[in-house]
Amino acid sequence: MSETTPAAPQTNRLNLTRKQYEGAPSTLCRGCGHDAITASIIQACHESSLDPRQVIKLSGIGCSAKTANYFMNQSFGFNGTHGRMAAMATGVGLANHTLIPIGVSGDGDTGSIGLGNFAHMVRRCLRVCYIVENNGVYGLTKGQFSATADLGTRLKKGLINPFEAIDLPAFSILMGATFVARSFSGDRKQLAPLIEAALNHKGTAVLDVLSPCVTFNDHEGSTKSLKAIRENREALNELDFIPSFEPVQIDQPEGTDLRVSMHEGGWITLHKLKDHDPSDRLAALALMEKHRNQGKFVTGLIYIDEKMPDLAEIEQLTDTPLAYLTEKELRPSREALDEINASLMV
Amino acid sequence: MSQPLVNDVSISIATENGSGSASANNILYKAIFKMGIPCSSKNVFPSNIQGLPTWYLIRVSGQGYLARKDVIDAAVIFNDVTAQDDVAAVRPGGLVLYDSSTPLAPALVRPDLKYIGAPAWNLVKEHIKQPQLRAKQRNLIYVGALGKLFGIPLDVLREVLKDTFGKKPAVIESNLLCIKLGYEHIESAGERQEVARLEPVPDGNQGKIMTEGNTACALGAIFGGCTVVAWYPITPSSSLVEEMIARVDRYRLDEKGRRRYAILQAEDELASASMVIGAGFSGARTMTATAGPGLSLMQEGIGLAYFAEVPGVFIVVQRGGPSTGLPTRTQQSDITLMHQGSHGDTKHLVLIPHDNATAFEMTWRAFDLADRFQTPVFVMMDLDLGMNISTSNPLQMPDQPMDRGKLLSAGQVEALGGKFRRYLDVDGDGIPQRTIPGNAHPGAAYFARGSGHDADARYSESNVVYKETLDRLRRKYETARSVVPKPVEFNGTGGKAGLVSFGTTYEPAREAVARLAAAGQPVDHLLLRALPLTPEVERFLAAHERIYLAEQNRDGQMTQIVRDDFPKYADRIRPVLVYDGLPPTAGEIVRQIRAAG
Repeated sequence: MSETTPAAPQTNRLNLTRKQYEGAPSTLCRGCGHDAITASIIQACHESSLDPRQVIKLSGIGCSAKTANYFMNQSFGFNGTHGRMAAMATGVGLANHTLIPIGVSGDGDTGSIGLGNFAHMVRRCLRVCYIVENNGVYGLTKGQFSATADLGTRLKKGLINPFEAIDLPAFSILMGATFVARSFSGDRKQLAPLIEAALNHKGTAVLDVLSPCVTFNDHEGSTKSLKAIRENREALNELDFIPSFEPVQIDQPEGTDLRVSMHEGGWITLHKLKDHDPSDRLAALALMEKHRNQGKFVTGLIYIDEKMPDLAEIEQLTDTPLAYLTEKELRPSREALDEINASLMV
Repeated sequence: MSQPLVNDVSISIATENGSGSASANNILYKAIFKMGIPCSSKNVFPSNIQGLPTWYLIRVSGQGYLARKDVIDAAVIFNDVTAQDDVAAVRPGGLVLYDSSTPLAPALVRPDLKYIGAPAWNLVKEHIKQPQLRAKQRNLIYVGALGKLFGIPLDVLREVLKDTFGKKPAVIESNLLCIKLGYEHIESAGERQEVARLEPVPDGNQGKIMTEGNTACALGAIFGGCTVVAWYPITPSSSLVEEMIARVDRYRLDEKGRRRYAILQAEDELASASMVIGAGFSGARTMTATAGPGLSLMQEGIGLAYFAEVPGVFIVVQRGGPSTGLPTRTQQSDITLMHQGSHGDTKHLVLIPHDNATAFEMTWRAFDLADRFQTPVFVMMDLDLGMNISTSNPLQMPDQPMDRGKLLSAGQVEALGGKFRRYLDVDGDGIPQRTIPGNAHPGAAYFARGSGHDADARYSESNVVYKETLDRLRRKYETARSVVPKPVEFNGTGGKAGLVSFGTTYEPAREAVARLAAAGQPVDHLLLRALPLTPEVERFLAAHERIYLAEQNRDGQMTQIVRDDFPKYADRIRPVLVYDGLPPTAGEIVRQIRAAG
């Protein structure tokens, strides 16, 4: 009888295994879509050899917000207040623009209470990988509608939503987001590369990830049940992210329709499944509008612009993170104060 | 006819806002200051851009009393809309200066006042070619007229013009022309007044600086090492950050001209507070400046900063509340909110400046205390100090290196055995150790949260752990009692009565104390400079049978805090409350002290 040696865990360029990108065990309901998203985040971070010490995890409040604790426990994280993660992330980005923020939010956190702050974070091109775990309900408070609940969808208790859903991808594009995608928690093949690309994007990358709530929104009549999402997805493209440390292929992989060079190095290669050019902002908005209230979810990379400067660049920040500047650079001299006093004497 | 007072007069100048009178008033004020006489200026302006009434109150006091005077000795009534009330407000025997281009309405004539006219409109119509400049230049006519009437040398006024408009000779010329017109009219008309006389005091104001309190705070922030500012414009705090913006490039650009700071105008105060938290968590020295309504919005954020123990400086420039209230009037009515902001059991550090020099000092100290105690620190300003131009001793260089508190480097985490416990009380003062993102040690990271957490920052609902956390936060606050700026005590009469003041109540309070002493009612005076209240405050309470606490709000907010902290002496405290939106006068404080018995 031979013993099989267990395969050594795969290590990335930092010699870290996937396990080292995990966090605390999840306390979410069994089968929750959010846990699948967490798995994709872990895969994406591990495969792109992201240094956990460079990542900062941010979240608001809700079931989705809890997941920030379930990946990369070697990274700093902050679970803040409901709807304010976008603003908190902005403060983080100003204090230390060398960090890579991963913001995890929900449809209530971003679509309702946080909509204003979210819009302005996007408008300022804050560098952040911003993931909305979108299930159309408020899970943690037990099943109220969220602002992304579709018109006509039914709550478990029977209430029908009379209001229009906020289309987060369309909203993001309108506010100036330079990387907008939608995916589905159960489609790791699509989601993980999108996250990798988003982590490498030097601006606001918004990922609207449909993530069925098995406890409160998975019933007949819900437009965001697992069944409904599976049946109504329409992938726009197949995307792959090639990190900068991988050799550049001379020939494009077969079937590549678009290659986007990322600002920080690396490439997105994209195979179109539908006739949509993700570099065309107007087309992206038209696409979202066309699909509104049609019961269909377009998924994949919807819009990308690698040319816009991010907030750190707009604010002309010095290279050293502001948080790491020392007294020498920050406190003017005694002579400077003497000069000020002299100028204030009449 | 009483003898004219020397270097003791208050002048109320009533004009229309947006008419350029602010510029003219500042020239007059600076000229008096240049004569070496202590003087103060208070702008009472509407929440409006142009066309509503505004008043400028100058007080000249050889004795150095800078609070608003109890009486108005002289009024300039250049706004017809308010002229009736302006005349009624002048004390018997006082002076009224009016625009005699039109005859004085009989309704405005009081037999007990002296009236002097200068035909300001006519003069500008005659001498100022561009019609659109006449309203502005008209104000300089009264500046000149007052100058001649009260004995301000023309040379001094000319010097002030040069100092103010040095780079614009045409402006100096035009302004000087109008000042001279007013001056010479009074001279040639032989007009005189017996209300007061100004006599120069050689080197009287030497070494004093003159600026707005908000500017002093802005400079304090720069010298305090502030790198991230998130703010939302709101009267009366906007000029604080705007001053910072105007000055910061001089000190904070690197060799490539890039910024060693970030000042971001947020979309609202909710965002400002959260940006401060994100920046503070990441290790930057960070602040916001706001007023009451903004502070209300920030409550949730403040609670998060308190519970997750994130440093941040919150400068609050108080104004008339509640709600929108009186955006352009002064008050001290956000004390409770600063002291206990946010739901749950919270208690915050508050530093209280009372003049420009301390506005600078308390601001830079706030950053040290925020870092040291890992908590929000408030700087309590108000409209009176923040937006009025006032004089003080020069700004003093910080007397200690920047205190970053128990901030661990990677090496220090390693020295701890590679394990770092974010919320552990390591030495009994309630203050744990802290790391910031970017720390290279793999054991340095932690996950902060506003929810219940244990010493390792892990989520916890344990009743034992939760109570321990609250108790430790309380311990932190108690430690602060021996660290925050101490009060300053005056007089030491050994008498039975004491008066406590803070912030802009200090000036009228100290004048009240002098007045009471002169009347044979000595009162000791304590100037509060921070919360939490220090042991010195308790000693002051213990040493006096009756303690008057003067503050600018209706409900005695500071009185409440003092009573809560020192219940043993609660009954001894008698609140002296001034809350009509105007800076308090010594007379009002004296009146209330006497009424309280």
